[in-house]
Amino acid sequence: MADAADKTNGSPGDGDISKPAPAGYFEGESMSRRKALTVAGQALGGLAGAVIVLPAVGFAVAPIFDKPEEQWESVGPTSRFTDSTYKPVVFTLVDGVGEAGKTTAFVRRGIAKAPFNEDPNSFVAISTRCAHLGCPVNYVQAARNFICPCHGGVYDFQGKVIGGPPVRPLDRFQTRVVKGQVQVGPRYSVTSQLQPVRARDPGEFTGGVWNVIYPPRPDTFPAPSGG
Amino acid sequence: MKLPMPQALKKPSKPGADGNSAGPAQALREVPADLVGWLDERTGGASFLTGMLYRKVPKGTNWFYTLGSATLFAFVVQATTGVFLAMYYDPSATQAYGSISHLTNDVFLGEFVRGMHKWGASVMIILIWLHMARTYIFGAYKYPRELNWVIGVVLLILTMVMGFTGYLLPFDQRSFWATEVGNNITGTGPFLGPYLADFLRAGPEFGATTLSRFYAIHMLLVPGLIIALIGAHLYLVVKLGTSAPPWLEPKRSRATLRQEAVSATASGNGAEARRGRVT
Repeated sequence: MADAADKTNGSPGDGDISKPAPAGYFEGESMSRRKALTVAGQALGGLAGAVIVLPAVGFAVAPIFDKPEEQWESVGPTSRFTDSTYKPVVFTLVDGVGEAGKTTAFVRRGIAKAPFNEDPNSFVAISTRCAHLGCPVNYVQAARNFICPCHGGVYDFQGKVIGGPPVRPLDRFQTRVVKGQVQVGPRYSVTSQLQPVRARDPGEFTGGVWNVIYPPRPDTFPAPSGG
Repeated sequence: MKLPMPQALKKPSKPGADGNSAGPAQALREVPADLVGWLDERTGGASFLTGMLYRKVPKGTNWFYTLGSATLFAFVVQATTGVFLAMYYDPSATQAYGSISHLTNDVFLGEFVRGMHKWGASVMIILIWLHMARTYIFGAYKYPRELNWVIGVVLLILTMVMGFTGYLLPFDQRSFWATEVGNNITGTGPFLGPYLADFLRAGPEFGATTLSRFYAIHMLLVPGLIIALIGAHLYLVVKLGTSAPPWLEPKRSRATLRQEAVSATASGNGAEARRGRVT
């Protein structure tokens, strides 16, 4: 009977007398009617709150878990693209938002020789979204580099970082050829060795442990298996 | 024969109906006071208001103590102009820029109201920082006002959120790319960052509902939180009172002062005694 609650509640010297049941308790009850009703009322209130809040929160975060649908868009005949330079193409990434949904990619034909080791009948589409914070990069043929206007990121011909703050090479878009037309499809990111991974946002490292620190998101497409 | 009617049986005249009563003009003049009295009788609001407005403030209270009120005024300007801007604004990716151009160029006083909102946003941020600096330098964050400091910091963060979400709404090139960059900075937080960025954008790319999401956060969610927290902030200010400036010496009783003077004179230090003035 020397616990803290007794010291504060009981008068000094009543150490031997067991505390009488508090008012409102009937014989053998472990909880008074008042307490039971209070707890039940609070539980009901909590339930009512959850019924309102949980659907609202789910509604707001639902887009994170949306499975996207693949969109392919033709950007020109195969003869339009060479393996010596990139050609800019504009296509719609997101429907229904007008100009804001369009993006630019730089497209060239695959190069067979090292270090590219690409299928010469395939096409490479480099995203203009800077891997630093998402500004639009531009391809400069004189330097054979991609250059970002915002914070000075520079990428080589393959899109690998050679200067500035970007954390990984430029993203790419999947490509395919349908009836002589080059089509661009879903976005994917690459590691510093140009291994494809699921699309990451700019500013997020890729490869190794970084793929865990910046986990893949369910609303992106699986990375293509090839390269 | 006509008998005179006894005075007690006559219909009594209305009070004030004799010569020195108040005329209708006087009655009209008393309407505001009557109205206030009517309200106060039913709400008890007058004692609350007088308690708040006529509360005691410490000696040494100066112009620096008005920075909080100035911030509140800036918020009221933002809220008011924001409500009226919303009458012309269309938060859809294809219409937003056009509606802002229309508002700015065609609507009567549109440029002025938009300008108040735009520049007022910067003014509010600046005033918050000055208010915070005053609180820090004067030590006004100390016991028992720590909780008010915490609420103030949350208000600062919420105001920054207002700045971030509001920046997108004109939907010009600067808005769009600044928001891209801001979202991507959010995405660089480890583990949760990518999902937070997705939440802000409502998807993996800037999409159809990104703008309306920012608009809802900017004009419904965060203002509500700010208003609630300003209420808590002010409640604590009124309840705890403001702190005296740090250069004010603590108030001493006359007995203490006399004792100080005696001991100072005894030790031959007159300057100490002279310093012990009643503050």
